[in-house]
Formats: sequence, structure tokens, C-alpha cells
Amino acid sequence: MIVPRRLFGDRAFLTGAVVAAVMVLVALTAPLLTALAGQDPTTFHSELLDSARGGVPVGRFGGISGEHWLGVEPGTGRDLFARVVYGARVSLGVAVSALLLQLLVGVGVGVAAGLGGRWADAALSRLADLVLAFPSLVLAIALLAIVPQSWPRPALLAVVIAVLGWGGTARITRGETLSLKTRDYVAAARVSGAGPLRVARREILPGLAAPVLAYAALVLPANMIAEAGLSFLGVGVRPPTPSWGQMLSSATTWFRADPAYVWIPGGLLFLTLLAFVLVADGVRRVLDPRQSELLR
Amino acid sequence: MIGYLLRRVGGALLVLFGLSIVVYGLFYLAPQDPAVLTCGKGCTPERLAEVRAAMGLDRSVVTQYGEFLRGLVLGRDYPAGPDVRHCPAPCLGYSFETDQPVTALLADRLPVSASLALGAEILSLAVGIGAGLLSGLRRFRLLDRLVNGLVLAGYALPVFLVGLFLLMLFCVQLQWLPFPTYVPLRTDPVAWAQNLLLPWIALAVIQSAAYARLTRAGVRQTLAEDHVRTARAYGFTERRIVFRRALRGALVPLVTLTAVDVAAIMASAVLTETMFGLPGVGQLLVGAVNQIDLPVVVGVTLLTGFLVVVANAVADLLYAAVDPRVQLR
Repeated sequence: MIVPRRLFGDRAFLTGAVVAAVMVLVALTAPLLTALAGQDPTTFHSELLDSARGGVPVGRFGGISGEHWLGVEPGTGRDLFARVVYGARVSLGVAVSALLLQLLVGVGVGVAAGLGGRWADAALSRLADLVLAFPSLVLAIALLAIVPQSWPRPALLAVVIAVLGWGGTARITRGETLSLKTRDYVAAARVSGAGPLRVARREILPGLAAPVLAYAALVLPANMIAEAGLSFLGVGVRPPTPSWGQMLSSATTWFRADPAYVWIPGGLLFLTLLAFVLVADGVRRVLDPRQSELLR
Repeated sequence: MIGYLLRRVGGALLVLFGLSIVVYGLFYLAPQDPAVLTCGKGCTPERLAEVRAAMGLDRSVVTQYGEFLRGLVLGRDYPAGPDVRHCPAPCLGYSFETDQPVTALLADRLPVSASLALGAEILSLAVGIGAGLLSGLRRFRLLDRLVNGLVLAGYALPVFLVGLFLLMLFCVQLQWLPFPTYVPLRTDPVAWAQNLLLPWIALAVIQSAAYARLTRAGVRQTLAEDHVRTARAYGFTERRIVFRRALRGALVPLVTLTAVDVAAIMASAVLTETMFGLPGVGQLLVGAVNQIDLPVVVGVTLLTGFLVVVANAVADLLYAAVDPRVQLR
């Protein structure tokens, strides 16, 4: 088991992994944590707001108190700890679901292109190129804006991010498949009469795991940035549902009066992204030593 | 070479064609009816039918899309009451919301986005190449670490977060800069740069780290090559070796990236523009999307798609021009 040992000797990876694991745990146990704090993310607490100053929380640093661990939201008085914790759920949930969808489509298309005939390869590769060439942010905004408000936004976000983002995975998978295809063991399986599906499943997919994982590790933080950005623009998650991007979006109107409202979701978003990037970098260095590392 | 160019242009047109079909098609699948929005409150069925006809929504999607394509190439005429309004090629139609020609709206907003993208790119290149060169020569270890840290941060920092932090620091805490408002370059170049400084920095923080990493890798690689050893043996000064050889070798990949990155910044400028309240193309899109202003949305999408596609083609050609080993086929 050389891979785990090398990973766990890597301080940057370890730090990132611990922080990322804590965030995932927070997201998973959100209802428990908010119950522990005795708060929920949607109740208004107007008595905690200073109406003379336009609805800024009463007290220092965004109204932090024993009741409200991270203060309250300006304007509404909703508990920030509860919103941040539930926000983690949405931010991470969207990023992970989008990643899984991307991998499903991208690996499927990539393997099919790599193993298929000349025409299948040409058609699928062009399709992937087309998706890669689209200005994805612009298209995502257009896509999200036309869907009715009643549809569940987080699921929709995951689908949109995945639909516009599978091109890279497909391209990498195709390249790896083309090189795996020429290996002797794959030829041996073919000669012994294995059909294309069996070859794809038993011979190609295991060989794809390492390079695809190394790539996917970087896509996860990119997906989180996409979700945060779209919610920031107001076409993603909308209140009362919290996400870190949504919170930052409403923070833009409050940052002069209540800076704490920017620091809390902003700091958490940065910390989490950094943790995932460190993890991705560590994974890449171990799984894919040939390729140029993120840091060198 | 000619064959390559033709295929390249063909591919680019195909992407744009696909893009326009996707965007056009999407808005017809959309459950909201733009005519209802335009018609407003207290809309009678007769009035709605009139509005729909005026907006061209009473015909089939395919017909409308065909007319849109024809207008793009040949221009088209719109019935406007008793008169006919001519929209010259390339015609992108009229905004449902403001009734202005989309091309005029885009031309209005493009300088803002271009100022933003070009300035940010120049700043990123200057900072990135400088830091990458110094770090590639292994002169300062601290700088090496700083570049490493910035590369990581570049992957972990959304541009709107950097922007928000910069605004809070420089406009609220220190009060060194006013809150950005766009001043055209021709009106007052100093105010133009002063107002765009923070957006440029926000974008450059992320972009320059990538350039620094590339430059560093290039410089180190070139310094290890035989021709540098030969130059050293001839007794050329270190300065000449660094600037004539190492830096030149490192810049080749950067040249090609520049075009792609300018287009990428334009395509994602919507976040920066929203953050800093700059009236660019991205902001136009966000506004239009909320009003289901189909012609404007199609126009912005096509324009950004066009820029990205052209930039990619330019990058490929530049690559062949800069590096004689590359042959275009």
C-alpha cells in the first residue's frame, strides 16, 4: 500500500484532508448541529436587529452571542450558524452530485469514443469539443434563468454544472482509453472472445481509475466555485435556502454596515476550497507522478 | 496551411451554430412567455396576440430561427406599425425590453468588458512573468513559496470573493479608492484606470499565478538546455543569457495562452462586473435573463462564444508562428 503511506506523509495533503473531512461531516450532520445550537436556518429574529441602523444586528461582530454562535443575518435576523451549516450541505451537495454526473457522462462518452470505431470516435470527440468551446458561465446563466422558480434549485444547479462540464473528463478518458487499448492484456482479453462491453468494464475501467480520479479531485472545487458564482449572481440557490454563494450575494449589500456577514461565508468558502485543492494536489502527485504537478 | 485554416473556420462556425441553436431552442422550451411579460398587467387576449405578432412569436420556432440566421447575414426588415424598420446586417434583432437594436446595446457595453479583460490580462502578464522569472532563477526562496501559495489560492479563490475582500479593504477600511464606477477611457484616462484598478487586481490575483508557474517552469527548463550551456561557454553575460534565451523560451507557451485567456475573462466577466457594478456585457446578460429578453440573451451568448472561438483559433495560429517546430495540418 504505497499510495496511502505516501499521501499520509504529505503535510499539505493531511491538513487539507482534515479540513475537508470536517466540512463534509458538518454538511452531513447539519440538522444535528443546528438542533444542538437550538437554532434553525429560516426563523426570523427581528428583535436582534438594530432598526435605527437599517437592520444591522445588535452587538459586536454581527451579533455573536451564546444563543447565536456566529451572529445573525442582517435584515432578517436568521441565525448565521444554522445558515452556514445548511449552506455547507447545499454547496458540497451540489458540487459532489455534479461531479458524479460529470464522471458518469464524461467517462461513458470517453470510453465509447476510445473503443468505438472511427465514426463514433469522431462524432463523440466533436461533441466533447463543442461542450468545451461553449462559454459555460454565460450558458449556465441563460439555462438557469428560464427554468421556473418552483423547480428544486440545488438539483437543477448540479445538472446544469454537469451538463456544461463533462467535456474535460471525456477528453482525458478518451486519451487514456486509446493508450490502454493497445496494452497486451486488453488484446489478450479480446482474442479470448470478450465483447466490447466486457472489455470496457473489466479491462479498461480499472485502468482509468487513477488518471480520472486525479482529474476529478480538481473538478470538485471548480464545481463549488461554479455553484457559488451562480448563486452569487442570483440564478442559483435563492433564499430562504442557504448556500455560501447565496449568502455572499446578499452580503454585497451589507458589507459596509456588517462586515462579519461577508467574512463568515466568504472565509468558510475559501477555507473549504483551499482544503479540497490541497487534497487534489496531493492525490495528483501520488496517482500521476508523470504529469506536471500543480505546484512545482 | 490553407486547408487547415478552412477546417478551423468551419469548426468555429459549427460551434457558433450549435450555440445559437441551443440558446434559441432553450427559450422556446421555457415555460415563461416573453409576450406576457412585455404586455404587462391587465393584458387582454387581443393585445397579447398583437404583442406576440409584433415580437414575431406567432410563427414556428424553426421559421423564427431561420429568419434570425438570415438577418445575421443579410439584415432584415421589421414591421413597425405602418412603417418598416430596417435592421442592417449583422442583425441580432431588437431588445424585447427596451426596443433598442441588440447590436447597439452590445457595442455600448463591449468597451467596458474589453477594458476590464485587457487591463487585467496586461497586469497578470506583467506580474506573472516577473514573479515567474525571478522564481525560476532561484534567487529568492520566499518568492518561490509565495508563487506556490498564490497558485493554490488561484484555484481556491472565486473572483467575486477576491473582489468583495478588496472592496472592503480599499474602499471601506482604508478608503484609498472610491467605489468603482465606469468612466470611459476617452473621457478621462486617469479616472478610467483608477476605477478599474480593483477589478483588474481581483482578476490578476487569480490569473497571474498561473502565468508565474508557467514562466518558472519554462525558465528552468530552458536554462538546462544545451544552447544555454553553449552560450555560457562563449562567455555571454548572465543578463543576456536570461533575457535572450531563458525568458524567450519561457514566453512561447504564454503567447498562445494570452488570446484564449482574454476571451475567457470576457466570457466570465459577468461575475466581476456584477461584483463591482460595471456596466459591461455580462451585466447586460444578467439583466436580460431576468426579463426573458431573448434577442439580448442570444446576442450576448453569441458574442462571447464568437470571442472564445476566435481566440482559440488565433492561439493555434500564433503557436505555429512563434514555434517553428509546430506544423499546422
